[in-house]
Amino acid sequence: MQFELTEEERMIQKTARDFANKDLAPVAAESNKTGEFPEAIFKKLGELGFMGMTVPEEYGGVNLGTFCLVLALEELGRVCASTAVAVSVHNSLVNWVILKHGSEELRKRYLPDLATAEIIGAYAVTEPEAGSDVAALRLSSVRDGDEYRLDGTKIFISTGDKAGINIVFGRTDPKDRKGGISAFVVENAFPGFSIGKTEEKMGLTASTTVELVFEDCRVPAGNILGGEGDGMRIALGALDGGRIGIAALSVGIAQAALDEAVLFAREREQFGTRIIDFQSTQWKIAEMAMQIEAARLLVYRAAKLRDASTPCPKEAAMAKLLATRVANQAAFDALQIHGGVGYTKEFLVERLFRDARAGEIYEGTSEIQRLVISRRVIEEYERMFPTE
Amino acid sequence: MANDVLVFGEMRGGELKKVTKELINTARTITEAGGGAIDALLIGEGAAGAAETIKDYGLRRITVTEDEPVKNYSTEGYAKVLTDIVQDHKPSYILVGATAMGRDLAPRTAARVNGVMFSDCIDVRMEDGICVVRRPVYSGKLYIELAREGERPTFISIRPNNIPPAEATGDGTEIVAHSSGVEADMIRALVKEIIPLSGGRPDLTEADVIVSGGRAMKDSSNFKILEELADLLGAAVGASRAAVDAGYAEHAIQVGQTGKIVNPKLYIACGISGAIQHLAGMRTSKVIVAINKDPNAPVFEKAHYGIVGDLFEIVPLLTEEIKKIM
Amino acid sequence: MKIITLLKRAPDTEARILINREGTGIQEEGVKFVISTYDEYAVEEGLRLKEKMGGDSKVTVVCVGPEEATEMIRTALAMGADDAVHICDPAIKESEPFITAAVLAKAIKDNGFDIIFCGKQAIDDDMAQVQSILAEMLDIPQVNVATSFEISESGDKAVLRRRIEGGDEKVETQLPVIISCEKGLNEPRYASLPGIMKAKKKEIRTKALADLGMADAQGEIRSKILKWLPIPKGGECKVVEGEDVPTAVKELVRLLREEAKAL
Repeated sequence: MQFELTEEERMIQKTARDFANKDLAPVAAESNKTGEFPEAIFKKLGELGFMGMTVPEEYGGVNLGTFCLVLALEELGRVCASTAVAVSVHNSLVNWVILKHGSEELRKRYLPDLATAEIIGAYAVTEPEAGSDVAALRLSSVRDGDEYRLDGTKIFISTGDKAGINIVFGRTDPKDRKGGISAFVVENAFPGFSIGKTEEKMGLTASTTVELVFEDCRVPAGNILGGEGDGMRIALGALDGGRIGIAALSVGIAQAALDEAVLFAREREQFGTRIIDFQSTQWKIAEMAMQIEAARLLVYRAAKLRDASTPCPKEAAMAKLLATRVANQAAFDALQIHGGVGYTKEFLVERLFRDARAGEIYEGTSEIQRLVISRRVIEEYERMFPTE
Repeated sequence: MANDVLVFGEMRGGELKKVTKELINTARTITEAGGGAIDALLIGEGAAGAAETIKDYGLRRITVTEDEPVKNYSTEGYAKVLTDIVQDHKPSYILVGATAMGRDLAPRTAARVNGVMFSDCIDVRMEDGICVVRRPVYSGKLYIELAREGERPTFISIRPNNIPPAEATGDGTEIVAHSSGVEADMIRALVKEIIPLSGGRPDLTEADVIVSGGRAMKDSSNFKILEELADLLGAAVGASRAAVDAGYAEHAIQVGQTGKIVNPKLYIACGISGAIQHLAGMRTSKVIVAINKDPNAPVFEKAHYGIVGDLFEIVPLLTEEIKKIM
Repeated sequence: MKIITLLKRAPDTEARILINREGTGIQEEGVKFVISTYDEYAVEEGLRLKEKMGGDSKVTVVCVGPEEATEMIRTALAMGADDAVHICDPAIKESEPFITAAVLAKAIKDNGFDIIFCGKQAIDDDMAQVQSILAEMLDIPQVNVATSFEISESGDKAVLRRRIEGGDEKVETQLPVIISCEKGLNEPRYASLPGIMKAKKKEIRTKALADLGMADAQGEIRSKILKWLPIPKGGECKVVEGEDVPTAVKELVRLLREEAKAL
């Protein structure tokens, strides 16, 4: 077991940290206020290699793997969770499924542009009636000659409007609940594709969350990932990576909360004492620091398993469940330490508090994570101590 | 060699720099304890004239060189003259200002005469006949004290404004003209022109000095008095969030949590109460000066120096006072 | 064109620096080390020159420093430098600029050079001497504290600006030359991820003094550090008072100048 980062990993972390502090931080404050999507940031992230971290070099990526990706996501999440979410989805979902399930032609056509952020990728699963229950999705996808015809809507799609492509999950067989789902690479420029409503969110305000509308949207048959009916398998295969990504950026949020809390508490005086000298503050700091370290280690472990191609649904779910909970608690405590000013938009903790909240909802709610974990744990016991 | 000291009198634009008298005072510290005489060397256009201004400072000899090839500064030209004088007069210590010129010239010359150099010293004293210098290291986070090993020409560059200037002692000095011996082709890196800083003030985050105004500025036009002070100090102008929100200043110059985080050597807060938002953006400034009417304003808790009163009276006076010493 | 960039490992400017228990230096535990800030501008300027000159131009990083400096060298390689010479020998007393310069001079001569970039000073000892001593040892001109740099068409001259009090000097210099870089000269690039991966395969030639043929020739010790001292802690706010406002202002200016050394 190795707890120290390698020289290469430290260098990657440093580039991500420097970029987050110097380039992203100044833009993030403004972007989160205005809701303007920081496109230039993604271009630079592409130039630096952060948009193709799990893509092999032959497709224009840097092929560093999930562990290096989580190092980067934590640094980005520390400064701007909105940006980190988009980077996570792009790398661990979009790039991943094209690489794993796309035809050679699809990989060649899309991965080089994705890996350099020429285009951003978004990932469209959720529908009004299909949230945690993915298999309930309905978006109609009917084969018509050399094309599929897509009709329906997707909701809550992060950066769906800014993306060049969306990975869209549709129903190719209405009768087979799980086996009737297929995945397509849909270019935003395809006829019949349009952007519907833009959500006004509580947090993650520097990234857009939109509705995608498909009206007789024509997708070339070759843009299907895997084969017809492979959609559920593809979605499940990408899940762990997606969860690890969200977990990593949540550790970043938590770390930012701790940083802010300590720096503030050192400065703030009440009753003639720095509030960091109060035991009530110190206990919060101890708790935050310990929880963050625990969450980070779970994230690291899950990422290492993913890089070793070891299935890790339990570990990824644990990492996400803990990291997002820790981010919420840390943001809550950091805001409490700030007192009144923490409740104003002048201070970063206010944004951290709002951004952290989404973590327990997207990429599988905390309830779903518990379900995944408990199922696996019970199964393990079943294998060790069978019930006849 | 004894304890003779050579003071390098830096000239810019035909005038002797203020630091020269501080160097003379330092030289006296050395010679008073260890014996020896003080000489000075002035190179550049107007050197002979400038020498007159330090004639009565108890020097043994002032050497002046102002022929064509060394009229303006060049590392190689000046290093040759300084080398010749050091080899000729054999001073034990050579004092220069820790200025752009001194920091360029001294190490080069030290290498040429097989000497040693102590850079950016803030204090020089004699201890049992040994010259001990103090200098900041780690960007001023610590000091070290050093002395030389063995006898060799010792170059010490002294930071301006650290040592009080010497007073005249009233006895005249021999002024000796020296031919530089510099040929134009010895100078491989040549200064073509000097470009003065344009009116533009330095960037807030890079400025060494910041003059900042708060809500008490009352109007954007009143920032003029801060700008005058800032220009005198080569400083940037900042503003508190309160001043920005009130429309007295652009957000681009806001200092604080949601503005620029700054870390200058000197931060002058004028009419800023010191909301925690503001303090978070400037608390690491090396020296903070607060000017405020309200003696209970929180800014005084973070400031190193404070003055209670009306900024509209104090700031112009401050500008005048600082003008006098520059 | 053979471009050399000098690099030093130094504590991060944000690091808190404390004197060690023995009083003989600083506590290194827990201190983050980086490429000395101004050296980053040097690496960047070297890379820009290489990109401009094209052909078989090459940027070689030369570093005198402990084993741990490999990480900083590797970062410069990841930024785009081609190879590196790392002179690593416990016998080198880095607090002596003449020794550092002598070692650098030997290594640079062995490598060959047309131009040398370095930081205007290291952010640890803040001495700003090595480059000028090195220039003398190599018998080449120097331009210190450069804020702009432009090479001539023919590539044998350069025009620079260097920061002086109240302005800039515009300097024209012949090559070879050593240039020390000031903040603002450029915006150093990040070590990109492809760069980091390529850097793994780039060569770092680690040399001891003996490899440079300098076994006992590292020069005399010229100085000794007598004492390390903490900066006196600033006390409470000194509220300046006087009979009237002008007197108080006068006193404030005096304090700022003589006590705080801020003017």
